[in-house]
Amino acid sequence: MANVITDEMMEYVGILAKLELSKTEREQAKCDMGRMLDYIDKLNELDTDGVEPMSHIFPIHNVFREDIVKNSDERDAMLANAPKTKDGAYKVPKTIE
Amino acid sequence: MSLMSLTAVELGKKIQAKEVTAVEAAREAFLQIERMDSKLHCMITVDKEGALERAEKVQEGIEKGFFKGPLAGVPVVLKDNLCTKGMQTTCASKILYHFKPTYTAEAVKNLEQAGAVILGKANMDEFAMGSTTETSFFGVTKNPWNLEHVPGGSSGGSCAAVAAEECSYALGSDTGGSIRQPSAYCGVTGIKPTYGTVSRYGLIAYASSLDQIGPVAKDVGDCAAVLEAIASYDPKDSTSVKRKDYDFTTALVEDVKGLRIGIPKDYFGVGLDAEVRESILQAAKVLEGQGAVLEEFDLSLVEYAIPAYYIIASAEASSNLARFDGVKYGYRTKEYEGLHQMYKKSRSEGFGAEVKRRIMLGSFVLSSGYYDAYYLKALKTKALIKQAFDRAFERYDVILAPVAPTTAPKLKESLCDPIQMYLSDIYTIAANLAGLPGISLPCGIDSKGLPIGMQLLGDCFQEKKLIRAAYTFERTRTYERCKALKGVL
Repeated sequence: MANVITDEMMEYVGILAKLELSKTEREQAKCDMGRMLDYIDKLNELDTDGVEPMSHIFPIHNVFREDIVKNSDERDAMLANAPKTKDGAYKVPKTIE
Repeated sequence: MSLMSLTAVELGKKIQAKEVTAVEAAREAFLQIERMDSKLHCMITVDKEGALERAEKVQEGIEKGFFKGPLAGVPVVLKDNLCTKGMQTTCASKILYHFKPTYTAEAVKNLEQAGAVILGKANMDEFAMGSTTETSFFGVTKNPWNLEHVPGGSSGGSCAAVAAEECSYALGSDTGGSIRQPSAYCGVTGIKPTYGTVSRYGLIAYASSLDQIGPVAKDVGDCAAVLEAIASYDPKDSTSVKRKDYDFTTALVEDVKGLRIGIPKDYFGVGLDAEVRESILQAAKVLEGQGAVLEEFDLSLVEYAIPAYYIIASAEASSNLARFDGVKYGYRTKEYEGLHQMYKKSRSEGFGAEVKRRIMLGSFVLSSGYYDAYYLKALKTKALIKQAFDRAFERYDVILAPVAPTTAPKLKESLCDPIQMYLSDIYTIAANLAGLPGISLPCGIDSKGLPIGMQLLGDCFQEKKLIRAAYTFERTRTYERCKALKGVL
């Protein structure tokens, strides 16, 4: 299946991953991904018909709790980590015209 | 003899006995860091001022009888993916440079309640993605046994710091072998606990279904004591498990009589270095001599663990790392037009090559049209691997295996070929997929003078069997650790 890694596919994956690779980076990534998929394709040797996909090793269920605020107001400390802030909020470029 | 040559538990005893103070211990650790770290670069952040202040407080607490545990006043180093309130936590990435968390990871809080003194944060592969600690934005860590070799990874800084006696013990995290493999390369002991044993709250996520925090230390006794301190049920981690037992130190018993040890033949095949194989089989004989019962068996599916792992881990990483977008914390690119370009440029400039490679792969295997063929296939493979272990543990108490196919490779050797680097995790990765506990401890030194590690794997929640077997083995050995390290020290 590895030949699915075309330039168009790399473009598409870049959109999904929100990554903008330079030309050389993209060539390298394309080559690496092709090789990884060749390697991963080994799984096709395995017969997994009728096997339930296992996302967690223990049967886990949704954990519910009362919605009670336990943490204190740490707005200033949190905002101190932000690259740009304005009036106690995160500042980002204009998103709607 | 330096205080840093003691095990964590020995040092803790001296502190409780008032022979030394927590402040003296911390000062000695910083002396060692100053002496060693310019050569080794185990540390990303060293917080001397904060640690000495904390050591004074802990010492007061000890004198008042508030801190009575074995780790009170003992200096520790944390892998830099564990959040520490107010102390820079970078994940060894440019994208989190200067990030100061507003809260502390639960496992670290547990250590603080045990009176730990945190010296600083250890180097690692960026976002724990790597097997050599060479993908760190802050530069490589070197192996204290031989500066031309890697310490392993991703918890390479933690393991090298323990080996170089820059701290008494450390915390690492293990997603595919990231505690066990560098422990083996650095000649120290590390435990990856059963999934859910240690809270992941405050551990910056790589692959949430596989990540576990665990101890790195000089010996099995220290690892048991540290695990006992950090393990807890935590409602803040929805995958945290309420265990029946947390008293891991009670398993420090010299007795393996009748213990059934399985030796998976398929872990000893092509690719395993002859000296490593010899050393592991020798260790098995030692345990047999102590009364354990050995049997070879076929575990099966070994060659499918790595492909399944890279699909699952990359998929989860692509989702977990979506939060790094240059808005709330971390790096933001300098020039951009509009929100989307800001996201893309910030991420592309902030993440290193290996992280980008895994995010891309993860995005691909989760994308429409490929999800079933890759992601679901990997989850089915995971189920089969778990079943293979279930069958093995019907017959054996523990599985004995190598930790890695070779001893520590030379710097730069692994990076040029990602698949080759991934192969160094072939014996450790399955335990993460199946959620099993594993311990890595030194069992020999190869002809290059590098340590060899052996691995014991147990069924879920059977840490005590591992600790008992590892402790019994360890008691039969005397190590030349100090002697071999002298070249650097």
